[in-house]
Amino acid sequence: MVSIVQTGVANRASVIAAFERCGVEATRAATAGDIEAAPFLVLPGVGSFGAGMEALRAAGLVDALRVRIEAGGPTLAICLGMQLLCASSEESPGVEGLGVIDAMVEALSQPARPRFGWNRVVPEFGCEVITEGFAYYANSFGVCERPAGWACAMSALEAPFVGAMRRGAVVACQFHPELSGPWGLKLLQRWMAMGVAAC
Amino acid sequence: MLTKRVIPCLDIRDGRIVKGTSFANLRDAGDPVERAAAYEAQGADELVVLDVSATPDGREAALHTVEAIRRAISIPLTVGGGVRTIAHARALLEAGADKVGVNSAAVERPELITEIAQRMGAQCVVLAIDAARSASSWEVVTRSGTNRTGIDALEWACTGVAAGAGEILLTSFDEDGRGNGYDLQLIRAISGVVNVSIIASGGASTATHMVDGFEAGADAVLAASIFHDGVTSVGELKEQLRAAGVPVRMMEVEP
Repeated sequence: MVSIVQTGVANRASVIAAFERCGVEATRAATAGDIEAAPFLVLPGVGSFGAGMEALRAAGLVDALRVRIEAGGPTLAICLGMQLLCASSEESPGVEGLGVIDAMVEALSQPARPRFGWNRVVPEFGCEVITEGFAYYANSFGVCERPAGWACAMSALEAPFVGAMRRGAVVACQFHPELSGPWGLKLLQRWMAMGVAAC
Repeated sequence: MLTKRVIPCLDIRDGRIVKGTSFANLRDAGDPVERAAAYEAQGADELVVLDVSATPDGREAALHTVEAIRRAISIPLTVGGGVRTIAHARALLEAGADKVGVNSAAVERPELITEIAQRMGAQCVVLAIDAARSASSWEVVTRSGTNRTGIDALEWACTGVAAGAGEILLTSFDEDGRGNGYDLQLIRAISGVVNVSIIASGGASTATHMVDGFEAGADAVLAASIFHDGVTSVGELKEQLRAAGVPVRMMEVEP
């Protein structure tokens, strides 16, 4: 069973469908208590950094998420969800992120515009939960410098950027594993297996 | 580097796939859920579903079709056709779409693009432009090609992107369903004035047509008949694209 954090609209249906195709039931995490209790937690998200943080604040989820991720509770953050773990974003100046990843989110092109499509992802040491393959991205912003304390998998547009990060059973992906075909589904399964092993 | 995308399009009406020529003379082309799953297995990079139903019952049926397709695939799904309100866009996203296509209603009220982009993000708004050749340029046509608006397609593309569209699905009304290739001048013209990704649509029947579309400025190519009719598979087509030097994602078997 995975619990999916309510972050406004997101593309929740796609995330739920992907887990169901892996034979895993998905439920909602709407409260701080849900976040604390969930054996596996997914933080999805589409839309802007500022609106995403505002939704987490309004629902009173900020502290619970910080505590869970600092403690290494099995958590998967996707796309905007990954960015929300960072300290701040060029997209929404002045808005404080969850800050569990010491990184700033930057525009990947000037002017910032959504970059859609499949891009190769190459894992580095410690991030083998991500295998080399093609992932589907839909993002205007991203993390360009490898943050301290996190193992990375890298992709590149005009310049390299961080495709995914891992620390213990916490995995944060800029791409959408739920939309990355069989490769993405296998990643979801490996993340859950890693979480079971960590317990 | 982002690979070039190949996107099968399913026009659906009352739960079945239909296909026509210049948006008319629709004929049955199969079960959408079966086709969607098959296209993903062949290596489709995304799917587009356009609801061409003309009735409220048809619209309701389309939501169920979207839910069923979502359960069957794990690649991006864009759904459009008759989207007039933010409530309709939200219903499609909740049913399992990742992006929503807007067309006629956005021409009539461009604020619709901004409303959806602000609530759900620019990455989730695909502006579908149906363009017909006119004396010196291209004219936007709406309502399945029955309404010639007099609006210049290039100007509309710029307006739509400024309003918040994250991607443009560009269909040539003149070439749709004919199999003679995309309107390459149209692709060149639009990709020259906007900086969002362009999905070329209308007229391709061979890999060569698609290579031409990419060279003209498309980031993705959309096709329907050639896949539905079994002229080629997505996998065969991508092999041909790769052989022609186009960077594409091939299906990989993990060890």
